[in-house]
Amino acid sequence: MIPALTIILCFQLVGEIASRGLSLPLPGPVVGLVLLVAACLLRPALADRLRAVASGTLAHLSLFFVPAGVGVIAHLPVLAEHGLALGLAVAASTVLAIAAGAVTFAAVARRTGQTDE
Amino acid sequence: MNDPALIWSYLTSQPLLWLTATLAAYWIGDMIFRASGRASLANPVLISVIILGAVLWLSGTSYSTYFEGAQFVHFMLGPATVCLALPLYDNLKRIRSAWLPVLAALAAGSVVAVGSALLIGRLFGLDAALLASLAPKSTTAPVAIGIAERIGGQPTLAAVLVLLTGIFGAVVATPLLNALRVTDWRARGLAVGVAAHGIGTARAFQVNDTAGAFAGIGMGLNAVLTAIIAPLVLAIFA
Repeated sequence: MIPALTIILCFQLVGEIASRGLSLPLPGPVVGLVLLVAACLLRPALADRLRAVASGTLAHLSLFFVPAGVGVIAHLPVLAEHGLALGLAVAASTVLAIAAGAVTFAAVARRTGQTDE
Repeated sequence: MNDPALIWSYLTSQPLLWLTATLAAYWIGDMIFRASGRASLANPVLISVIILGAVLWLSGTSYSTYFEGAQFVHFMLGPATVCLALPLYDNLKRIRSAWLPVLAALAAGSVVAVGSALLIGRLFGLDAALLASLAPKSTTAPVAIGIAERIGGQPTLAAVLVLLTGIFGAVVATPLLNALRVTDWRARGLAVGVAAHGIGTARAFQVNDTAGAFAGIGMGLNAVLTAIIAPLVLAIFA
């Protein structure tokens, strides 16, 4: 567990340094994610080494955003004031995005013949 | 130091109490989620946030005091984001065999998610900080928090909007996609992953395995794409 965790933290660390050092638009952990996919492609053994810890971590993904979510108590005045706008923006854009993504996928898959096997 | 008030004031100044409370609240939330048969509305994060919010309010504890303890859990968002590389890597073959529809749907879903949210926010006159918190709401929380921080939003507000987006997307996806008569599980899953991140992905896995795998792909790819397009779209609207 410790070697896997160390490797994961190292990718985040390198991602953070690259993100800030090169002023990339991507946050450090996302750069780390991209680098780790690339590293796994170069060395498939790395993926096997990390898989157990990674899937264990991802199984509790929702836990990790509880502290930030509790931050809502600091934003109650904002939510009370702009609740309608934020609620409508979230609801409408989510419906539109799901529809746009699904319809686009189905249409392009039909045109290119990359249909479900 | 056997005065309960002194013990309480000692505990509230240490990380232990609020770290324990965070894990306990999540445990309760997860139990309710399982007991409800994994209903989308019984989202464990939503339940934990309500429990902890009530406890903080009743005990008169500030968010910054709470965060002293909860920061250890919050820290794990970074490594967890890096871990998303594994499911992405494991599914690369499936992405390659449908790369054109995947990329087209990713681009459409991602741009529509950010663009329509900011357009509506702008019409209601939301200020730049609120728009910046709204922009990354379709990406998975750790990434959304990182993007919001980067483009001048409020990370905690962004996290709340991410949560609401995920729950709403998970609830609405199946009836919406049935109404649109999209029957390709890959299309349905990918769209939900792009629009409603991990909560949508968890929902997709409950419905169909192929949909779940493609939702995971959509969530991972959109984390990268939104980080790139959110600042660009925000520049148009803010």
